[in-house]
Amino acid sequence: MNPYPITFKPLGQEALIIEWPNEVNKNILNDILLLQSSVENELGKLLLETVNAYNSLTLIFHSPISSLNDTKKIIQQLHQLQPSIKSKSQKTWKIPVCYHKDFGIDLDELAKQHELSTDEVIAIHSEVEYTVYFTGFLPGFLYLGGLSEAIHTSRKATPRLKIKKGAVAIGGQQTGIYPSESPGGWNIIGNSPLDFFDPKHNPPCFSQAGDSLKFYSIDRNEHQWILNEVERGTYKLESK
Amino acid sequence: MTADGFVEVITPGLYTTIQDKGRFGFRKYGVPVSGVMDEQSASMANHLLNNSSACALMEITMVGPKLLFSAPTLITISGADISPQLNETPIPLNKVTQVLKGDVVSFGKLKFGLRCYLAVKGGFQTEMVMNSRSYFTPVTNNNLVQKGDQLSISSFNESEHHLSSVKIDHLLFSPALSCSKGPEFHLLTSTEQKSIFGKKLLVSQDNNRMGYRLEGYQFQYPTTYNMLTSSVLPGTVQLTPSGKLIVLMKDCQTTGGYPRILQLSKEGINKLAQKKVADSISFLLEN
Repeated sequence: MNPYPITFKPLGQEALIIEWPNEVNKNILNDILLLQSSVENELGKLLLETVNAYNSLTLIFHSPISSLNDTKKIIQQLHQLQPSIKSKSQKTWKIPVCYHKDFGIDLDELAKQHELSTDEVIAIHSEVEYTVYFTGFLPGFLYLGGLSEAIHTSRKATPRLKIKKGAVAIGGQQTGIYPSESPGGWNIIGNSPLDFFDPKHNPPCFSQAGDSLKFYSIDRNEHQWILNEVERGTYKLESK
Repeated sequence: MTADGFVEVITPGLYTTIQDKGRFGFRKYGVPVSGVMDEQSASMANHLLNNSSACALMEITMVGPKLLFSAPTLITISGADISPQLNETPIPLNKVTQVLKGDVVSFGKLKFGLRCYLAVKGGFQTEMVMNSRSYFTPVTNNNLVQKGDQLSISSFNESEHHLSSVKIDHLLFSPALSCSKGPEFHLLTSTEQKSIFGKKLLVSQDNNRMGYRLEGYQFQYPTTYNMLTSSVLPGTVQLTPSGKLIVLMKDCQTTGGYPRILQLSKEGINKLAQKKVADSISFLLEN
């Protein structure tokens, strides 16, 4: 028996949102991802695509849903039958981050706010395995769960117009990496030389919902070296 | 068709892009669907040329470009009336027009609508990235066509082609946008749940391919609401903390955290795509 109740909310004629309890929880994420693969198998050709978020799975159909009740019934049955074990292979990616002050332009201020040293902030930020819940906001922007409460930091009062590609940042209870140059209001603590979105690759992102990320600290030289390797296409990203 | 010709951009206009039906299957990577804002006008332009509905067109916004054709082809322009001209002679909307090598297509005063679509026989053969030619950075290199761009097309000789035309659908330019209730509709006050339908709202200056902010009424933002970021679609109407509504359009993000009050139908999206700043709109609940 599946422990999580699900509810259905249509979004227009061609999309159906399946919703889980309103919390950020890795077990809920796994339940969503399991249902996502069984729904994709079952409804296959009717579906244009499916998108998950923290507590929802949105099914986008090619054409208006002909019988909402039948569709809900099928999904409920799939969900009831679902085992509560992981089926997808989930990876942990090792993400190099340079926390040097040239990149981590808000690191000093953020450390001061929490009465920590910058080294302590770096240690706290890089000791956790973060869960990738979903990708949104920008192509390749990962919504990560697991940031230590000790370094939760409010967004900046005035957002910056330009944040560098690769910027590693903290906004409220979340940490994330800007996959491309963009405006943004998060506190920037470092930079990762990796490509989090590459339109020339299929898939364009190396990680997906359900994976984990682990940051590790690198110096400026290593950052430059990895950047060059990534540009040449010869960098080998590590995972376990 | 081989791309043996091109359209050279002499001046780019205000906001000119290449779009097709959109980029599907990549929302899970945070990639917006993009694609033509007004599907009705775009498919009309393609249809009149007997193009496949997948053909890429030029989407032109308010101020049109000046374009030099390096090869003969057929074109159709549908949607907004931006006074299109061929070699400085006016040409009608929704009519197949023959273009010869060296011809110049340009635009003038905006008469109605906001966006028009220029289709060429066989479609624009510009770069295909992730199954679509729709411009959107950082997926494609450019967000807009630029002065000097040479956009690939296939040359075509019209000889036996019937130069068909259809009438303009004026309903497309009317203010009522059909929609259904969104998942967080109930977060409106009970008065607003009734008054939102039929209320006259205005398009703000803040309108583009990502979304349209609406003015003219201050809605109450719910105080006790707690929603995690979830999916949004083109046509999703969000209530923002400022009490204003935003209607998301084709380049919108894939997820959002504001209450989803309404969802526009496809027809509603097409109509909104033809609205410009200070135009009025209203929501019409479909059955």
